[in-house]
Amino acid sequence: MPEIQMRNFTMNFGPQHPAAHGVLRLVLEMNGEVVERADPHIGLLHRGTEKFIENRPYLQSIPYFDRLDYCSMMMQEHGYVLAVEKLLGIEVPIRAQYIRVMFAELTRIMNHLLNLTTMALDVGAMTPLLWGFEEREKLMGFYEEVSGSRMHANYFRFGGVNRDLPAGLAERIDAWCDSFVHVFNDMDNLLTENRIFKQRTVDIGKFTVEQCLDWGFSGPMIRAAGVPWDLRKAQPYDCYDRMDFDIPVGKNGDCYDRYLVRMLEVRESLKIMKQCLREMPEGPIRPDDRKVTPPPRAEMKRSMESLIHHFKLYTEGVHVPNGEVYAAVESSKGEFGVYLVGDGTNRPYKCKIRSPGYAHLQALDALGKGHMLADVVAIIAAMDIVFGEIDR
Amino acid sequence: MDANVSEATPEPAHVLAPLQAHCAELLGDRLLDARIAYDELTIEVPGQRIVDVLTVLRDDPGCLFKVLLDVTAVDRPENEQRFTVVYHLLSMKHNRRIRVVVATDEFTPVPSVVSVFSTANWFERETWDMYGVMFSDHPDLRRLLTDYGFDGHPLRKDFPLTGYVEMRYDPEQQRVVYEPVKLRQDFRSFDFLSPWEGSGLLPGDEKASN
Repeated sequence: MPEIQMRNFTMNFGPQHPAAHGVLRLVLEMNGEVVERADPHIGLLHRGTEKFIENRPYLQSIPYFDRLDYCSMMMQEHGYVLAVEKLLGIEVPIRAQYIRVMFAELTRIMNHLLNLTTMALDVGAMTPLLWGFEEREKLMGFYEEVSGSRMHANYFRFGGVNRDLPAGLAERIDAWCDSFVHVFNDMDNLLTENRIFKQRTVDIGKFTVEQCLDWGFSGPMIRAAGVPWDLRKAQPYDCYDRMDFDIPVGKNGDCYDRYLVRMLEVRESLKIMKQCLREMPEGPIRPDDRKVTPPPRAEMKRSMESLIHHFKLYTEGVHVPNGEVYAAVESSKGEFGVYLVGDGTNRPYKCKIRSPGYAHLQALDALGKGHMLADVVAIIAAMDIVFGEIDR
Repeated sequence: MDANVSEATPEPAHVLAPLQAHCAELLGDRLLDARIAYDELTIEVPGQRIVDVLTVLRDDPGCLFKVLLDVTAVDRPENEQRFTVVYHLLSMKHNRRIRVVVATDEFTPVPSVVSVFSTANWFERETWDMYGVMFSDHPDLRRLLTDYGFDGHPLRKDFPLTGYVEMRYDPEQQRVVYEPVKLRQDFRSFDFLSPWEGSGLLPGDEKASN
């Protein structure tokens, strides 16, 4: 009988593949239909954001943070402004804290709507995407109302937010929260107990708690494994300590549990938004410090000093003292951290962005070993990766 | 409640001092420096002992820094040891963070900590790619974020913002070609720093002192 030579088959996946959620190139070593080794090649969207940030005044870097993870824009601005505020040592007025928290949660819903529905699409369900994106459009409308831009908001500022909510926006968001629950219930009914969806996700890409810690997981990925770790509760920033919400946790750490955790997080986010709208006090939205806050237009027409402050703030910018800080927020994907080194000038000496998706994606080899090729797609979808933040 | 997560409230500044003392006791002569600034604890350790130090910080019941969040470097070309490699660790059990720093130069490798935290793999690759800091015993120290065949380390302070090469599609050769960067106008960098606030010497000041 002739000897049969067997060898593994190397396959290229991406970088232009709809299920890669961006420009991911995977080099897969296949044994038949089973993945033996996955080597992600990233960096196809690398823009050198950190280098740019080192060469700009602090204020001009905020738009770069929108463009990292372009599904959860304001959360990343949040991380950056918290880092700068920590270095500057400024207090945020309470109304601004409420606005920020409300928009951070709105952003979380926007992100999860995108992720959950595209995950369903990746494993074969089309309808949730159509429903979810309709609601996402409305959320982008709220973004536009408050910042003038549908995605890249550039809304948060050091010490507060750029402008107050326009008249009637709070009521419109409140009404949306009520109507959204029905759409979301429909989506839930369609997907959560769906047999095909469960076949594709249950027991796929399982990680234990120890593995999650070893691989530096955070956010829904670690909560799905059963660790109730959430920075909003553990190390609250802004007014999260006043918010009443729960941390959903999973049990098995597989793709299905990641999906369930995100589904429940959307409901918790709605709760937080409702509470913000209920309790939001009146008051200033930025600190009364002319070294960080520009003066109002009307004042500039009358006061020479205001005019000078305005001019200095928009040419020279804010001077940030010497020192290094690390500020982290619970972004929709996990812990988004900004490590900022100030040298006393108007530009950061160094800014390192710690993106959650980066840590998740590098575990793909460990998560996908021994699974089928189609399961790798489900794993990638459940990781919620966005290349803007991974490649930076 | 999970065994990995604490129910402790977030860290007030005064709880970092006991942690600092605990680290000093634990690390002994491996601790070069420890400081608390902006409510964050930073410890400096010798580069050759980093694997050892991170293992201790991970396993000691008083520390339990089980998550490595980030590895990066800071480049200060004027120093003899120009790079500071920075490790950010998180302890979910005690709800603490710690920053471990290591000084090195372009030629001295830092031992890789992949054996302690699997997640260090890509973070060290990125640090090598961006700064050219070498990591010894790393299983796979390839470039990660830059282009295939890229030359140089872009986040070093002596690497220009515009880079050295640019690429375009050449319709004649029907492929993408790389060329040296040609700027249509000189690269301008305004620092806008106020000359009135004693920020240093102005052009012509050297004449006044002579």
